[in-house]
Amino acid sequence: MTDINLTTPPKVETPFGRFVSEFFESRIAGVAFVALVTIILLAILAPWITPQNPYDLGQVDVLDGRLPPGSVAYTGYTMWLGSDGSGRDLYSAILYGLRISLSVGVASGVIALIIGTVVGLVAAYAGGRIENIIMRIVDLQLSFPASLVALMLIAILGKGIENIILALVIAQWAYFARTVRGTALVERRKEYVEAAQCLGLSQTRIVFRHILPNCMAPLIVVGTVQTASAISLEATLSFLGVGLPQTEPSLGVLIANGFEYMMSGRYWISFFPGLALLLTVVSINLVGDHLRDVLNPRMKK
Amino acid sequence: MTVFIIRRLLQASIVVMLMSIIVFFGVNVIGDPVYMLVSPDADQDDIAAAIARLGLDRPIWEQYWIFLKGAATGDLGNSFIFGEPALRLILYHMPATLELAFSALFLAIAIGIPLGLYAGLYPDKAVSKGIMAGSILGFSLPTFWVGLMLIILFAVELGWLPATGRGDTVSVLGFETSLLTLDGLSHIFLPALNLALLKISLAVRLTRAGVREAMGQDYVKFARAKGLSTKRIIFVHVMKNIMIPVVTVMGLEFGSLIGFSVVTETIFAWPGMGKLLINAILQLDRPVVVAYLMVMVLFFVVINLLVDILYSILDPRVRLQDQNK
Repeated sequence: MTDINLTTPPKVETPFGRFVSEFFESRIAGVAFVALVTIILLAILAPWITPQNPYDLGQVDVLDGRLPPGSVAYTGYTMWLGSDGSGRDLYSAILYGLRISLSVGVASGVIALIIGTVVGLVAAYAGGRIENIIMRIVDLQLSFPASLVALMLIAILGKGIENIILALVIAQWAYFARTVRGTALVERRKEYVEAAQCLGLSQTRIVFRHILPNCMAPLIVVGTVQTASAISLEATLSFLGVGLPQTEPSLGVLIANGFEYMMSGRYWISFFPGLALLLTVVSINLVGDHLRDVLNPRMKK
Repeated sequence: MTVFIIRRLLQASIVVMLMSIIVFFGVNVIGDPVYMLVSPDADQDDIAAAIARLGLDRPIWEQYWIFLKGAATGDLGNSFIFGEPALRLILYHMPATLELAFSALFLAIAIGIPLGLYAGLYPDKAVSKGIMAGSILGFSLPTFWVGLMLIILFAVELGWLPATGRGDTVSVLGFETSLLTLDGLSHIFLPALNLALLKISLAVRLTRAGVREAMGQDYVKFARAKGLSTKRIIFVHVMKNIMIPVVTVMGLEFGSLIGFSVVTETIFAWPGMGKLLINAILQLDRPVVVAYLMVMVLFFVVINLLVDILYSILDPRVRLQDQNK
């Protein structure tokens, strides 16, 4: 019998392992990734790591209103980031707000991704008149800035969480459709698709099981960047008062609430929620930006 | 060329028609305009009278036809709040928005191009890296938050610049402008800078990419070999070549400046049409919302049309491709 070394198996480099090590080569992207994971964890764990539930009226005292950062609240804990006009601890309000902002951003990003992907794949695979019509609609929509499209839709639909998500989805699906179509057109001409066709596989199977997985890289990149812009857009609409209602206090709503106190020098009510929004959007963008470099074979040295 | 322009004009008018259908049906089918118009204590007869007066008892296609006929003559209905024609309200507020957008465009070009040029010429210097990092921030920062920070810093803490309104205006050719008085200029600076921020980042990136690409090209090497000074190569030869794409893209972005001005105008209480729109949405003033949306659609279609025509003049391949379709 040959001698097999059982103690140290040869180190196999998996594609995922290679991807991870390449991603963390960039220190900025690494920091952004860690920051993003921290933000998501903070949002998920909010009820367990905040001193108060800012929307439970029993835990909020109006006497604590507009306290500067570092003040000690009536009920005894320190408000490190101060409190807002109705006495909510800002740190707690921000973490609860993050939950809403992130869920709206991710929900609309994912729905837009699914719709855009299906439409883009159909356009690329069907070709001809269907492709022409779809791409005309996409081009038409992309000739308007996404923020304006969302604002127009809100003007028509009215405010509320479902309407915001709907408006964000409609404002963003075209970006995904364009990306997927572009990639799918290239993939379609490759031999493996021809091989699959010769095997007699159904069109749906070829499109979703063979072409789609090969379009994933650009989709992930566009997905991250669009999620960041969805979060930012929702905050903007909410700040303008046409987004989420006061009952769904996302970061944008918190910033809007602090706006009236700003002129009197109480900057923290708007500043800290804004900082949280900024960190979230910037870290997602940095991660997305670096994913683009890592996933794009042309950028590899 | 004429054929190309006619084709594009036809396409543009189809887009306007389509958008008018979407806007009209969106606003009138999803919402019920009657309840915005009659007072809450109106009885059934009052409501029926209002419905008849507004033509809401007719089929929706007929209503759309009436809307279209009105739109063709510039009549988009009266504002519920002000009782004035909606279109006149929009046009009345338009100069303030245009003034803000042009100032922002000017700032974007005046600040963005020199920074981008520097970053492109010396890509390895620390300053250039700082400029590029700043441009990433410029893309990521939400406009409204930057506006708030500008107010906190320059208006509240330092007290250098005013944060709201237009200041003193001067009437030029029947339009009020803030650009000709010192007070007006101090009022427009913060909002224009706020609006310009995104476009500054864009101008920096475009210019930098253009410069870096151009510096490696043969005509630059040839100019060097000919013994031209670096200054002359950069400012005469390189700049000439990169300015066309940069200026075209910046011009294209003008429409989005108008769109984004909604945010800036709200923060800085700038009395433009963006602020008018937000107030109209909040007060459910539908005719003003519809009029704003139609004006914006028209605006964007015209900008895209002009850009298409401009491109076809600059690059005849665009026109030929269109013919082969």
